[in-house]
Amino acid sequence: MGLTFSKVFEGLFGKKEMRILMVGLDAAGKTTILYKLKLGEVVTTIPTIGFNVETVEYKNISFTVWDVGGQDKIRPLWRHYYQNTQGLIFVVDSNDSDRIDAARDELHRMLNEDELRDAVLLVFANKQDLPNAMSAAEMTDKLGLHGLRPSYRQWYIQACCATTGDGLYEGLDWLSATLVKRK
Amino acid sequence: MENGDGGGGLLRELQDLGEKFKVDDQDEQYISPYAHLEKATVLQEARVFHDPNIVRENPRKCCTVIAQLLHLQNTGQYMSSVEGTEVFFGVTKLFMSDDASLRRMVYLFIKDVAETCQHDDIIIVIQSLFKDVNSDADLYRGNAMRVLARIVDAAILGSIERSFKQAIVDSSSLVSSSALVAASFLYDSHADCAIIVRRWITEATEATNSSNEMVQFHAMQLLYQIKQHDKLGVTKLVSQYSTRNTLKSPLALVLLVRYTAKLLSDEAQTGRSTLIKQDGSPAAKQGYLFLEASLRHKNEMVVYEAAYAICNLSGVEPQDLSPAISVLQLFLSSPKPATRYASMRTLAQIANTQPRVVSKCNEDLEALIGDSNRSIATLAITTLLKTGSENSIDRLLKQISAFLTEIADEFKITVVRSLQKLCLTYPNKHRVLVGFMSNFLREEGGFDFKKSIVASIISLIRQVPETTESSLLHLCEFIEDCEFTRLSTEILHLLGELGPSTSAPARYIRFIYNRVILENAAVRAAAVSSLAKFAAHCPSLRSSIMTLLKRSLIDEDDETRDRAAISVSILKDAMIANPYVAPTDEDEADDIPDDVPVPGDTAAYVLLETLPMSFDKLERSMTAYINTPNNDNEITFDVLPIVEDTAEEIAVASEIIDPASVVYAIPELANLGRAFRSAPPVMLTESETEYVVQCTKHIFQSHVVLHFNVQNTIEEQRLDNVTVLIDDSESTSFTASGEIACESIKYGESKNCFTVLERNNTDEPLTTNTFTCELRFTVVEVDPATGEEEGGTFEEEYPLEDLEITTSDFMAKVTTPDFRKSWETLGNTNEVLEKFALQFKKMDDAVAAIVSFLGMQPCDGTGTIKPDAGNKPHMLHMSGAFVTGQQVLARAQVAFDGTNGQGQVILKIAVRSEDEAVSRMVADCIH
Repeated sequence: MGLTFSKVFEGLFGKKEMRILMVGLDAAGKTTILYKLKLGEVVTTIPTIGFNVETVEYKNISFTVWDVGGQDKIRPLWRHYYQNTQGLIFVVDSNDSDRIDAARDELHRMLNEDELRDAVLLVFANKQDLPNAMSAAEMTDKLGLHGLRPSYRQWYIQACCATTGDGLYEGLDWLSATLVKRK
Repeated sequence: MENGDGGGGLLRELQDLGEKFKVDDQDEQYISPYAHLEKATVLQEARVFHDPNIVRENPRKCCTVIAQLLHLQNTGQYMSSVEGTEVFFGVTKLFMSDDASLRRMVYLFIKDVAETCQHDDIIIVIQSLFKDVNSDADLYRGNAMRVLARIVDAAILGSIERSFKQAIVDSSSLVSSSALVAASFLYDSHADCAIIVRRWITEATEATNSSNEMVQFHAMQLLYQIKQHDKLGVTKLVSQYSTRNTLKSPLALVLLVRYTAKLLSDEAQTGRSTLIKQDGSPAAKQGYLFLEASLRHKNEMVVYEAAYAICNLSGVEPQDLSPAISVLQLFLSSPKPATRYASMRTLAQIANTQPRVVSKCNEDLEALIGDSNRSIATLAITTLLKTGSENSIDRLLKQISAFLTEIADEFKITVVRSLQKLCLTYPNKHRVLVGFMSNFLREEGGFDFKKSIVASIISLIRQVPETTESSLLHLCEFIEDCEFTRLSTEILHLLGELGPSTSAPARYIRFIYNRVILENAAVRAAAVSSLAKFAAHCPSLRSSIMTLLKRSLIDEDDETRDRAAISVSILKDAMIANPYVAPTDEDEADDIPDDVPVPGDTAAYVLLETLPMSFDKLERSMTAYINTPNNDNEITFDVLPIVEDTAEEIAVASEIIDPASVVYAIPELANLGRAFRSAPPVMLTESETEYVVQCTKHIFQSHVVLHFNVQNTIEEQRLDNVTVLIDDSESTSFTASGEIACESIKYGESKNCFTVLERNNTDEPLTTNTFTCELRFTVVEVDPATGEEEGGTFEEEYPLEDLEITTSDFMAKVTTPDFRKSWETLGNTNEVLEKFALQFKKMDDAVAAIVSFLGMQPCDGTGTIKPDAGNKPHMLHMSGAFVTGQQVLARAQVAFDGTNGQGQVILKIAVRSEDEAVSRMVADCIH
C-alpha cells in the first residue's frame, strides 16, 4: 500500500529526471540550443572541444543535457556518453545540404549502438530562419528517418531556430510526453 | 556475597583493562583505509560515476572512489588502457556535479592521468576546463589552469591566453600562483607553448610585487625560466631585484641567491676573473655584495642559502669565507635537525678544500658527534678528521671507536675513507690509523665495509710504503677469519707480491699455508700461487715451501692442483740448477749474499716475470714462426718474429696471413731468412691506369725485398717477362742485387715480381732513400676473344711513381706492457735528445705525423690528444723494435707555441735504445 502511494505521490509532485545526449555535426548549433534552453538567451559560443553539461527544468522535469562537441576528432568519443541515455537529441543544420549525408551516416551509426537501444530520438532541424533551409519533411527524407520502424524506435523531427527559440520547447514537449508515457 | 561482589568487581576491572589494551593494540596497528585495495573492486566501484543520481546525491562517495583510484595509480597498480579509458570517461561525467571538493578530486585525477591517457581522449575535458578557468570560483580557476597546462597544445593555449594573463595578476594568490605554476610547466612542455608564455613577462614581473610570498616565489621562478638562456636578461633580473629590495618572500629570495650564485660561477667560468670581489664586472660585484647582505637576513633559509652560495664560489679566498662559516657555525647548534644537517654538510664540503677555515668550528663539531641523527654525526666525524690537527687524532679515534659500533655500514665506509685521507696527510700517524682500521676488520660488518677497509689499507701501502709490513700483518690476521672469498684472494695476491721483499718473508708463510688447509678452492688456489711467489723470490725458503706445495698436489680442486704442480716442477728444476747454500755461522755479515735468486733463475723468471707480450700476440708470433723457412734454432722470445700491433690487423684478425709468405714461397729468396716486417702496400700508379702496380716492402736483416703486384687491365695485351727496374745509382746505402721477373700476365690477372735491394753496410745509419722505378715488359698482342697471339711483340717501358724507403720501414710497431718500467730499464746511456719546431698548426696533426714518421706504436693511449686538453703540452709515449731486434722507446713532448704570431708546434723528443746509433737514427727521422 505504502509503496503504491509513494509512487503516485512522486508522479504528482516529485521531479522527474531525464538524461539527454545532444549530438550532431560541428556548427549545427547544439551549444546555442543548450544555453537558449538553460538561460533563455543567445550566448556567443566557440567550437566545443569536449562537452557542456547543464540541467534544464521544464514542466517539472529535470533534463540533464549532455552537449558533446561535433568536430571530427570528438565524434569517436560520443560513445562514452551513451550509457543511461534516455533521450537522444540530434541537431542538424538545415541549411547545410552538403553535409546532410554525413549527418545521416553519423545518426544511423549511432542508432545501431546497443547502448542506445531504448533511447527515443528527437531531431532538431535547426537554422530554419536561413533562406535556403530545408523543410522538416525534406530532412526526414534526407536523413532516412522513414526507415526507422516506429514500434522499434520512437522518433520525432522538429523544425526549429535556436536563436529565436522557435520549436525548441515543442521538441521538449514531445520528449517529456514520450518518456513519461514509457515509465 | 561480599566475596562474589568483590570477584565481580575484579572481573569487571580486568575486562576494563582488557578493553584498554585492545584499544591500544588497535592504535598501534593502524591500517590505512587504502591498504589492501583490490584493483578490480575499485574499478567496480568506479561505475557509480555513470549514475547521475549518486553523483548528485552523494559526491563524497565519488571522492572516496577517486582517492582509491589515485592510490592504486600511485602505488604502481596501473590500469590497462581499456580500464583507464573507461574510468577516465566516468570521471568526466562528474563535471555534472557542482560540489567543490568533488571537482577538486576530478582535477587531481585528470592531472594525474593526463600523461598516460591518449591525447585524443583527453581533449574531451577541455571545454569544461575552459569554463572553470573563466568561472568566478577561485578554487575552480586555479585548479583548472593547472590541469589545462598538462593537456593543451600551443593552438588551444593561444585561444585562452588572455585568461592566463589575467589570472597571473589576479588578486587571489591561489589563482595567481596556479597560473604561474601552470605557465612554468607549459614553458618546459613545448617550444610553441614557450613562445606564448614568453609574452607573459610583464604580468609575471607585476606578480613579483604581490604581497603573497608564494606568488612572489613562483613569479621569480617563471621570470628566470624565461630568461635563463639570455645572459644579459639574467644579469638584469638579478641586479634589479637584489638592489630594489622589493622581494619579501624568503623563498623568492632563496631563488634570487641561487641565481646570483649561478651568475657569479658563470662569470668565473668564462675566465673573466676568479676574484669577483676585486675585479669582477660591476654586476658580479653587486651580486657578491647581495650575497654578503643576505647573510644578515632575518630568515634562516635565506641566510643558509647565501652561506652555501659563498662557500661554493670558485676560487673563494679563506678570509671571504669566514662570515659564511660563522653563520653556518651558529646553525650547528640549531634545534632543528634539518638546519644542523644542512650546515654540517656544507662545512664537510668546504673541509675538503679549506680545512683550516672550518677548524674554528671544531668544538661545535665535536659536540655533534653525539647527535641523535646519525647522518649529522657521521658528517661531523668525517669533517673533524679533515680539520683536526695531528695531535688531536688519538682523542678523535677514541671518540669514533665508540661511535662506529652504533652506525650502519654505509656511514662506516665514509668514515674509513676519511681515515685514509687523514693518514695521507699525517703519514707519521700511520701506525695508529692503520691499527685502528684493522681493528674494524675483525669486527662485524658487511662485505662493502670490509672491502673499503682493505682497499684503504692497500692504497695506503702503495702511497706510504712504511706502512707495508705492519699492514700486511694486519691483513694476514684478517684472512685468518675472513668470510669473503674475494677479499681473501685479493689479500693473498698482495702478499705474494709484496711479502717476499719485506724484512722477514718467512713470517707470512704460516698465514698463507693456513689458507691452504682451511679454505675453499678459490682461496686455496690463490694461496698456492702466493706460496710459489715466495719460493721464487727467496731461495732460502724454497726447500720448506716445496714441502708445503707438495701437499697440495693431491688437492681435490683442479685449479689448485695444477698451480701446485706447475710450481713444484719449476721450483724443483731451479733448485737443482741453483742449489741454495745457507750462509754458515763463520761468514761475516757483509759476506752473506742477499736472499735473491741468481740471475737467469728459471723459477724467478717463470713465476715472477710477466710475459713480454700478450697471449694473443704470442700465438700470432708462433704462427708466423712456423711459416718461416730455416727454423733450426731453439724457440726463445728473442728469436720469435716480431708481431706488430696495428689497428687493421686486429680488425681482420680472423684472416691474418703473413704478407711475407709470398716471399718465402720463392725458393731463390728463401736464403734471406725471415722477414723482419712487411710494410703496408703502397700504390705506384693511379688505380685507373693501364697497368696497376702496388709495392710491398719486406724488410730483412740485410736486404729489402720489393714485392710488386702488377695488374694488367688491357684486353688486347699479354705482358711477358715483367720486371721493375730500380734506379739505385743515387743511393749509397742500397744496391739492387737481383730481380725475379714475372713470366706473363694475361688480361685481368695480377701477378708478382720481385726486386731485391741489398744494404751495402748494415752498420751504416739508415737515411731516407728515394728510388725511381720503371715497369719493363714485353707486350704481346693477343686476340681478346681467343687469347691467341696475333701480330708482333714489342718491348715497353712504363714509368712508375717514386718509391721511398725510410728508417720507419725498419721499425716494427710493438707495444711494451709497461712503458715506464721499460723506459727506466733501458736507462739514459744511449739516450738521444732533440728539439724541433714543426710546421703544423694543430697539435693533433703534429702527433699523428710524428707517429707516422717514426713508425712506432703509441703506448698508454697517448697516441691521440684528449679533446678537452686544449693547448696543454701533450706527452707521447712510443715503443717499437728496430730491424736489429733492439727495443726502441721514445718520449715526445708536443707543445703548441703561439708566440711568434704564426703559431707552431714544438717537439722535444727523447729516444732510448740499447744502441746509441739506433737512437740517433730514430731521432733523425723527424725532418
